[in-house]
Amino acid sequence: MGFLDISHVTKSYGNVQVLHEVDIAVQEGEFLVLVGPSGCGKSTLLNMIAGLEAISSGDISIKGRVINGVHPSKRNIAMVFQSYALYPNMTVGQNMTFGLEMHGTPKPERDRALAEVAKLLQIDHLLDRKPGQLSGGQRQRVAMGRALVRNPDVFLFDEPLSNLDAKLRVDMRTEIKKLHQKLKTTIVYVTHDQIEAMTLSTRIAVMNKGYVQQLGTPKEIYDTPANLFVATFMGSPAMNILPAKVVMQDGAPHAEIADADGARRLLRFSQANLAGWAGRDILLGIRPEAITDPEGADRKSANIQPFGNRVTVTEPAGSDTYVTMSLSGRDVIARMRADAAVVPGQVFDFAVNMEKAVAFDPATELRIPA
Amino acid sequence: MSAVTQDTAVRTGRVTRTFIYLVLLLFALFYLLPFFVMLVNSVKPLAEITGGNMMALPRTWTFEPWHSAWSTAQIGVEPTGLKPYFINSIIMVVPAVAISTVLGALNGYVLTKWRFRGDTWVFGLMLFSCFIPFQIVLIPMARMLGLMGLAGSTPGLVLVHVVYGLGFTTLYFRNYYAAFPTELVRAAMIDGAGFFRIFWRIMLPVSGPIAVVSVIWQFTNIWNDFLFGASFGDQDSQPMTVALNNLVNSSTGVKEYNVHFAGAILAALPTLFVYIVAGRYFVRGLMAGSVKG
Repeated sequence: MGFLDISHVTKSYGNVQVLHEVDIAVQEGEFLVLVGPSGCGKSTLLNMIAGLEAISSGDISIKGRVINGVHPSKRNIAMVFQSYALYPNMTVGQNMTFGLEMHGTPKPERDRALAEVAKLLQIDHLLDRKPGQLSGGQRQRVAMGRALVRNPDVFLFDEPLSNLDAKLRVDMRTEIKKLHQKLKTTIVYVTHDQIEAMTLSTRIAVMNKGYVQQLGTPKEIYDTPANLFVATFMGSPAMNILPAKVVMQDGAPHAEIADADGARRLLRFSQANLAGWAGRDILLGIRPEAITDPEGADRKSANIQPFGNRVTVTEPAGSDTYVTMSLSGRDVIARMRADAAVVPGQVFDFAVNMEKAVAFDPATELRIPA
Repeated sequence: MSAVTQDTAVRTGRVTRTFIYLVLLLFALFYLLPFFVMLVNSVKPLAEITGGNMMALPRTWTFEPWHSAWSTAQIGVEPTGLKPYFINSIIMVVPAVAISTVLGALNGYVLTKWRFRGDTWVFGLMLFSCFIPFQIVLIPMARMLGLMGLAGSTPGLVLVHVVYGLGFTTLYFRNYYAAFPTELVRAAMIDGAGFFRIFWRIMLPVSGPIAVVSVIWQFTNIWNDFLFGASFGDQDSQPMTVALNNLVNSSTGVKEYNVHFAGAILAALPTLFVYIVAGRYFVRGLMAGSVKG
């Protein structure tokens, strides 16, 4: 039983089911991020929590009170919209206190709440302006301020950063995280940006095609993705997925792959139970940062294996250098230190951290659990 | 129109340009001519009109025709002037414009922000009313007004004009509100505002341009309407347009052309006034909905 309970919730439009049996229990003070590609149902789920869309079946409850069919304004939630949705005809101050006014809060109390939140968000000097006179970042703050003033049980964020330019987005992301750490509020946050999901959340629900693919901490999602979709959706550049065969050598399971020149190569698994897959095909998943130059390899890892391979392309990105090579006929990206001396067309000695490797069942696309 | 204006007009020589302006001036004069004739002849004694050139300036200036048209001229059988009918028109136009605009705004609000099954059909049917010729509804409308006990009264005329105007005002407001972000309405819902509170506090304050369009459109149409006024109005409710007709067509005595001219200008003044006051918002409002819609 959570603070915000989403149990067996589905949503259908006519015969089309867009959300299938969603079950999430959000604890008090948790920052849950719903992440997924467009049309995965994440915004629909958020709107159902807000009460802007009806629930087809299942229950949503806040603090143990089932809120199906309760009017949005009576759920004690506040929402920050993608477009900020500031009332253009009202000043910043009026925008922020509109909700309190509608709920019949007396004026002195409204002013006190407004002053408090304005100070917290450093927008005290903007209170008399109209939204049209604000910059994107300021509007964003006002939109959050409007939510904060109400002091709701649950905050709902609908892709709040997607209208900002890249630099401001990173700043506001930090700002939101700071705010959450300070206020310990319960937040449900929708985004399609997996970096936002990783950096902000205490837990992530990765969604696709109306199903929650995986629910877990950012680390769980990143290191032990439940299936191929989660593995490739989370992380940038995406996890390298290549076909491999499990073979036994010296009593340990190895992944048999082909290098750039077509030669047959073996990489020893850390995951012992893959012995059960001996002789069968799997999909091997290796994150770009698990393939490095030997000096850049993770010193704490117990299973770093040298792997010489011919380099196709190098892409220096300043902080890192991305190196593309071919493995088992697929393009594989490695993330190297910026000053690694990699030359395209030549063979380079990579170090593969097999402790971080994961294996997927090619038939079900599910990860083979350790 | 845009802030960054670039002169993309074709460069023309001085001679061509002068020619163009001359032609334009000529057209402007041509269009002003009728008004000039009306104005000039409304301040002449009748003898000057019947005895001489209609285009000439008055030799003796007199405002007697204006006074006569306003308060003493024979309208039908009563020598009342246009004054009581002018008041009839005002009493009819103001509520009719206000009611049809407010209802149109509410319709537009519901049709865009509180959508329901079949709403496009409802809107389509309302649009139909823009295309129904006045003459078709005369007899059914007379029957309805009779049944409602509103025949020959100002409230009856107000009702007729509201019903007829609703199609247009709904169209204007619907298109304008279609471009209005729905997220604002949702935010207001979460903030706890109800149906009318959202309309009043969020939608109406930004509806200025389209309200002006609706008011101008409705005002001109209702003020200038003759058919409904003549059909459904009686002595106490006939509008200005009908009175003007009765003034000009009165069959007894001499035709007082100067009084007729003055009366016609009086009848046109209110619409002129509305255009001058609100006209610059008119185009802006007409554009606003269509660009994004």
